[in-house]
Amino acid sequence: MAKKLPDNIDEIQTEVIETDLLIVGGGNAGCFSAIEGKKINPDLKVTIMEKAHISRSGATAAGMDAINTYIPEGKTPEDLVRWSRSQVGGGPIREDLALSNAKELNQAVDDLEAWGLPIVKNEDGTFKYRGAWDISIHGEQLKPIMAEKAIEVGAEVYNRVVATSLLMDGERCVGAMGFGVKDGKFYVFRAKAVIISTGGACGLYKSYTSDATNSHHQTWMCPFNVGTGYAVGIRQEAEMTSMEQRWVATRTKDHCGPVDTISVGYKSAIINAKGDRILQKHYAHLGGDKAPRYIRANAPMEEWLAGRGPTFVDTTHLSPEEVKELKIDYLNERPTFVLFLASRGQDITKDPIEIYGSDPYIVGGHTQSGYWVDLERMTTIPGLFAAGETAGGSPNKFVGGCAAEGKLATRGAINYISSVSLPELDSKQVGQEKERVFAPLLRGPEFDGVSPLEMEERMQRLMDEYAGGTSQFYRTNEERLDYALKHLKMLQSQVIYLYAKDLHDLMNAHEVIDRLDVAEVLTHHLKFRKETRWQGWQTRSDYPEINPEFDCFVESRRNKETGEIEAFTRPYEQIVSGDRYKP
Amino acid sequence: MPPRIDIEKCDGCKAQEEPLCEQVCPGGLMSLGENMKAYCRQLRDCWDCMACVKICPVGAIETRVPYQLGYHVAKLIPMMGTDTVTWTCQDINGKVERFKYRNRNDAE
Repeated sequence: MAKKLPDNIDEIQTEVIETDLLIVGGGNAGCFSAIEGKKINPDLKVTIMEKAHISRSGATAAGMDAINTYIPEGKTPEDLVRWSRSQVGGGPIREDLALSNAKELNQAVDDLEAWGLPIVKNEDGTFKYRGAWDISIHGEQLKPIMAEKAIEVGAEVYNRVVATSLLMDGERCVGAMGFGVKDGKFYVFRAKAVIISTGGACGLYKSYTSDATNSHHQTWMCPFNVGTGYAVGIRQEAEMTSMEQRWVATRTKDHCGPVDTISVGYKSAIINAKGDRILQKHYAHLGGDKAPRYIRANAPMEEWLAGRGPTFVDTTHLSPEEVKELKIDYLNERPTFVLFLASRGQDITKDPIEIYGSDPYIVGGHTQSGYWVDLERMTTIPGLFAAGETAGGSPNKFVGGCAAEGKLATRGAINYISSVSLPELDSKQVGQEKERVFAPLLRGPEFDGVSPLEMEERMQRLMDEYAGGTSQFYRTNEERLDYALKHLKMLQSQVIYLYAKDLHDLMNAHEVIDRLDVAEVLTHHLKFRKETRWQGWQTRSDYPEINPEFDCFVESRRNKETGEIEAFTRPYEQIVSGDRYKP
Repeated sequence: MPPRIDIEKCDGCKAQEEPLCEQVCPGGLMSLGENMKAYCRQLRDCWDCMACVKICPVGAIETRVPYQLGYHVAKLIPMMGTDTVTWTCQDINGKVERFKYRNRNDAE
């Protein structure tokens, strides 16, 4: 029920919480971080700050039908890194990070099984693989299982608290601030170390169904993951890596459901309107059905562009038993796809499933955009660690790898905690942030301004058309990127006109502010990489080829003094031997 | 994909401080109206994860495909057991399918 809204800033209560380890975002990585912290030291005070409710928050809210990486017997962590590297066209990737994740990976998945996650098995009791590295699960309860474990071990959870900024002590991170979207309080969490594990950024770009009534959020990534985890660091001059490597996925058309479930899980080919097997026909030299992920994601859209759409995943060969199993997979991850098929009255053994490209996302658990971190998962801001979608450099982490990274970040954070103490609370900084956070709510009833939704839709269309969205088949060029940057600056200058009618609206206002900051960095990265290294994920129509000079990481920092994004490079280092382009 | 609330069935989770659908919605979209019935504050913002449908103790919430994407009328109803889930799906031609499987094992 609607709570009485404050008339002025002094009516808003400030709650200060002290903890040892603060985890911002209680998702997959965050829950594992919390559990690891309590396992290492039961006396450690571990606090989770969560925008939703950890039982069903974020990307895994609906569940999962597979764990995409689990190292089978006979293969090594190095083999997994080779595969991951080949999936992003030979990299560059951070092989040090990828290898350390790979070494932790299986244990994290075994933990999930021990906590009650049903993993599909063969008759001999071994895990059932659907591809080379991915195992099938009945993961409808995946998120509640993790969340219950985090609560059981004694993590203190603050649900419905929206993070808005880091709490800083000079250059060091000493906590985070935010507000309660239900209780309207301002929260200050003081912590010896902070792990940021908020999830990635959805909604930077327009989803192609978003104009249809009630379909604004037909998106692959959870639309409530808006990139806050990146934005709070960007505003403190953290170094970001590979933000130009966007994630674009092939999805079922008109209803954004997974395609790997069918194409990999049920060996169903991707075909065009003429029935041609696209990957074999046009991408045999890159591995055909096993081509790198961005090639597979982009290929159907190239068919549409060439006039050979629609595109499908050919399910017409499936047996009734396989159809039933396939639908159970969907019910575990994206249940409404089964409803969608029913709403089309579609028998998938007669009519194949139509597919199309998604809008682009920034997700460091899938591609490698995020914070530049060291092996301990500490960002370039002392005291701030990143895990999961927020930590950059190491793609293809998925559920298991994000869980593993949550553990690694906690170990790094605990090492760090042993050498630091909490400084005095900077009340000036707290007061300024509180003013900034609640400003859209306190503009008064007569205020003539902009709603969060209006600004969000303006930004999404801008990014779609100028920074390589779905409507442009992911292509962009120097002039369009300059246009996007000019208008992003205009939007940023207009956040002073944002108004919020209630606390939920206030959350939406900060979501669009955060998205703008992420979009700006992403656009600068796209501008810096003057080549096309990952078609679809990063396509420059003015530089259509790979340029060997860009066989390096593109990095950036937002200068705190000038507000300008400064881009630069870091070299790639091959640690795991072998041909970079082969798994 | 918007949730539809059957206001005859919804009792606002009387015994709870906050209705269960409001607790679990990852977007914070569900709330209790002045009539003490649940409602979705912004239908277009729903991600159709079905967390609210699954947790509703009286089966008062249904997820609908917007007509712009799918035809009238298909239904998908989950029944949550302690360690199993049973889904019933009916398509626009009245064809019914049922899926039942274990969604939880005993913890070790």
